[in-house]
Amino acid sequence: MVETTEQTQASGSEYERERVPDHALKGPSAFWGMYASEHTAGTEFMIGPLFIKWGASASSLIFGLLLGNLLAVLTWRFLTAEIATKQRLTLYFKMEKIAGRGLVSIYNLANGILFCFLAGSMITVSATAVGPFFPTMAMPDFSSRLPTGPGWIAACVVIGLAMTFVATKGYGVVAKIGHFSAPWMFLIFISCALVTLGKLDNYNVWELLTPPAGTPERISFWGVVFFSWFCNAAMHLGMADLSVLRFAKSPNAGFASAAGMFLGHYVAWICAALLLVYWVRAHGVDPTVGKDPGSMVNDAVGYAGLICVIVAGWTTANPTIYRAGLAFQGILPSMSRTVSTMIAGAVCIGAGIFPAFAMNLLGFVGIYGTILAPIGAIIIVDHFFAERVGIPVDPALRSGSPFNFAVLLAWLIPVGAAMFLHLRHDVFASFLPLPTAIACGLFYIVLSKTIGPQPSRA
Amino acid sequence: MKIIAKSIGLLGLAGTIVPPFLFMLHKLDSAPMQSVMLVSCVAWFVTAPMWMRSE
Repeated sequence: MVETTEQTQASGSEYERERVPDHALKGPSAFWGMYASEHTAGTEFMIGPLFIKWGASASSLIFGLLLGNLLAVLTWRFLTAEIATKQRLTLYFKMEKIAGRGLVSIYNLANGILFCFLAGSMITVSATAVGPFFPTMAMPDFSSRLPTGPGWIAACVVIGLAMTFVATKGYGVVAKIGHFSAPWMFLIFISCALVTLGKLDNYNVWELLTPPAGTPERISFWGVVFFSWFCNAAMHLGMADLSVLRFAKSPNAGFASAAGMFLGHYVAWICAALLLVYWVRAHGVDPTVGKDPGSMVNDAVGYAGLICVIVAGWTTANPTIYRAGLAFQGILPSMSRTVSTMIAGAVCIGAGIFPAFAMNLLGFVGIYGTILAPIGAIIIVDHFFAERVGIPVDPALRSGSPFNFAVLLAWLIPVGAAMFLHLRHDVFASFLPLPTAIACGLFYIVLSKTIGPQPSRA
Repeated sequence: MKIIAKSIGLLGLAGTIVPPFLFMLHKLDSAPMQSVMLVSCVAWFVTAPMWMRSE
């Protein structure tokens, strides 16, 4: 149901500008299924091996992922679901009440562009499944920044065009395929790990995940914790999942995110990491260079694995392209959704052709969260603290302001500082969403009292 | 019909995870494992829409 709900929400036909009525509320089972399928995606085949590239220790992976994913689930439950079930509004409508319609357009632009890069990474992963059929085609590795050749570009364009075409038709069918494929995809990840253990004739996962002596540890225990906590920062702390969880009968539906975190972002990541461990140990592949997911999965489990790489990329890229199209359409409402989706698809294909985005996924998702999570902090302040600290609730709505500059400055100043720290001082991007969001919330309180719109008194 | 589809679907899931487990224990070679997994994949995707709730 959630896919269907999301689709109708996204198309703007279901309670987009009103509270969700009681008769439309959903039980918890819909949310468990949705989270399980959404977070077992093609990009999991990239993230697991990237941890090996970064020299993460076995304890960081086993315990760091456990803690980070637990914190993500608690964020979903006690912030996102708590607000969603009280307000029962979409992120966009709630933001419009706080920030004004003009500022929501800027948020839409940022959101749409970041969605495109994310979907582009998924196109990159899916395109690696073509490699085993064309052995002469050069596949990208972790060091690839530019397209590896005409064959690679053609593979990305064909897959991207197919995804875009389906996205222009809505994503109901693909969402259903994603729902049906979720349990099977999860078993394919497990199968890859079992085959790897068999090939290496070593069942000691702890020993296999331990990097060879002398491997530089580029990601610490806390790096793994913060990465797994905030790789979906836009969804939980950033409140994008208000759009989904507003249909939940109880805030306990937020616990359903555990299905995605512990199956997709724990078991699947470790299984995918083991694939690269095998190639490093058995074939002498340099872990800092890596191996493309298509080749690794094909070697382990054959065509079923290649189907999984394509399906996993497709079922998550497709709704992402669709959402990016909707975000662009939100900026120019006169543009048809088909045109906006095609523009989004073109940007996604462009991003997919360049492996730089997929190969730097650990950094990219941190930037993604750093830019979008602070918007959630403003909603948190508005929901939990506004009355206590003496600032108006829903100020744009109550003052009639189309553009709340207090929100704009509270958003841009911390994000600008965070990007400076990341780009100039090489601070790991996943460490930034939390302090950026806290700073944004504090700035919002101060700026609301000074330059924020005040409710007109009757 | 639904029961038959569900049974075949669950066999498809079993055919996805059991052969790799047997491979890990060196009880099955790679080629038959991959073949069974491919057939199981087809079985799952054909039968799952017949019984699995999409809502």
